[in-house]
Amino acid sequence: MTPHPAPDDGPAPGAMAPPPPWALLAELTHACPLHCTYCSNPLELAARSTELTLPEWQDTFRQAADLGVVSAHLSGGEPLLRADLTEIVAAADGAGIHTQLITSGVGLTRERLAALTGAGLRSVQLSVQHADAAAGDRIAGRRRAHTEKERAAALVTDAGLPLGLNVVLHRHNLAALDALIDLAPAWGAGRIELANTQFYGWALLNKAELLPTRAQLAEAEETVRRRRRELDGRVEVIWVVPDHFDGTAKPCMGGWGAVSLTVTPDGTVLPCPAAAALPGLDPPGVRDRPLRWIWERSPAFARYRGTDWMREPCRSCALRERDFGGCRCQAYALTGDAAATDPACRHSPHHTVIRDLVDAPAPPSRALGRPRRPGRPSPSRRVENP
Amino acid sequence: MTTWRPGPAPGVLLRADRVRGVDLLLLPERVVVLEGSAGEVLRLCDGTRDVPQIVRELTARHPDAPIADEVPAFLDRVRKEGWLR
Repeated sequence: MTPHPAPDDGPAPGAMAPPPPWALLAELTHACPLHCTYCSNPLELAARSTELTLPEWQDTFRQAADLGVVSAHLSGGEPLLRADLTEIVAAADGAGIHTQLITSGVGLTRERLAALTGAGLRSVQLSVQHADAAAGDRIAGRRRAHTEKERAAALVTDAGLPLGLNVVLHRHNLAALDALIDLAPAWGAGRIELANTQFYGWALLNKAELLPTRAQLAEAEETVRRRRRELDGRVEVIWVVPDHFDGTAKPCMGGWGAVSLTVTPDGTVLPCPAAAALPGLDPPGVRDRPLRWIWERSPAFARYRGTDWMREPCRSCALRERDFGGCRCQAYALTGDAAATDPACRHSPHHTVIRDLVDAPAPPSRALGRPRRPGRPSPSRRVENP
Repeated sequence: MTTWRPGPAPGVLLRADRVRGVDLLLLPERVVVLEGSAGEVLRLCDGTRDVPQIVRELTARHPDAPIADEVPAFLDRVRKEGWLR
């Protein structure tokens, strides 16, 4: 692939280049055998026909390594649906980039894993929906998904690769937290990440269905503290704080355009995987621009980088270099203004939006609409119920 | 007890970062920036040398440094972190 340099390429006069990125999230495809209602993929899934080709990914990883990227998450959708995944891993590893596969585990075979390991794959993160197989299959929208995951975990540990589990937490699995954590030692995982649902994309669409109660969360936090003590030195238990509940904004992505970048299936490059939803961002793509230009010079990456873009109450806040004003996508989703202070922050003038949400009595589950799920990606298909 | 021949734990990579001019340990979900001579020490941890050999090689390179005092303890610390085995 040869990116077409624009006339204004080259060092910006007088501008300091931002520090190089450490990590790249490669969304290799939006296609997925699972259909979780909290999916972090955009509502408009990229069609398979628009996906970057193998030579385009190879070139992207070379450019990323030249830029300073040392770590890549190979994700999706389900990256195993890419027939050329082994070659993609080899390209990243060959460029000197540490690779981790982010997978549902569905479709992983011993032969496939051996090829991936041979190509330089260094670790695997497996998603889990619930501790109970039937409940997990229901959340994932696929029969026998949980059993396939357990099998995949065994393959990974047999191959000697480090295994991590990732669980997105919400109202329907928080009660099973203890049993979910038990899966880590039982399946041979050295790490389990318990990520409370972040509400944008599909999760925002299904918020009423997913948002836990305060009581559920308080109990979960106590469980995490206890299990951390018990599993100390054996399993690392990561708790991704639910920012709707504690009045503080999270330092989303470690700052906009500060640490990592996301490349979507069609080559669009984003400062955060959810940022495609922001209006007027006009994110650049690797088919049109060199990755270095995108990171160092593109308006999309400069837009919320650092603190210059901030307004009050962020601009004069002591935490502005710590939380970077929180999440731009959440600010946009809940206030209609992507440059507003994240409403998760108690100092936001919109904080009541969040308070009203979490303090509202939980609707009885019978009264809920059918959750909406991502389906097959297609350029012409709009969001709809399956 | 068999002799420990330190080598990187599974999934752990030692890399010279040519962009930032530092040595790095790359782990799943984490990057460790190695300070001072840590990279030089860890580069000898390839699973073929035992600790006394590593100390001897480093002492030959840096005769005035307190290697015998510091390197074994350093390697133990890195093993406890789970980055060497």
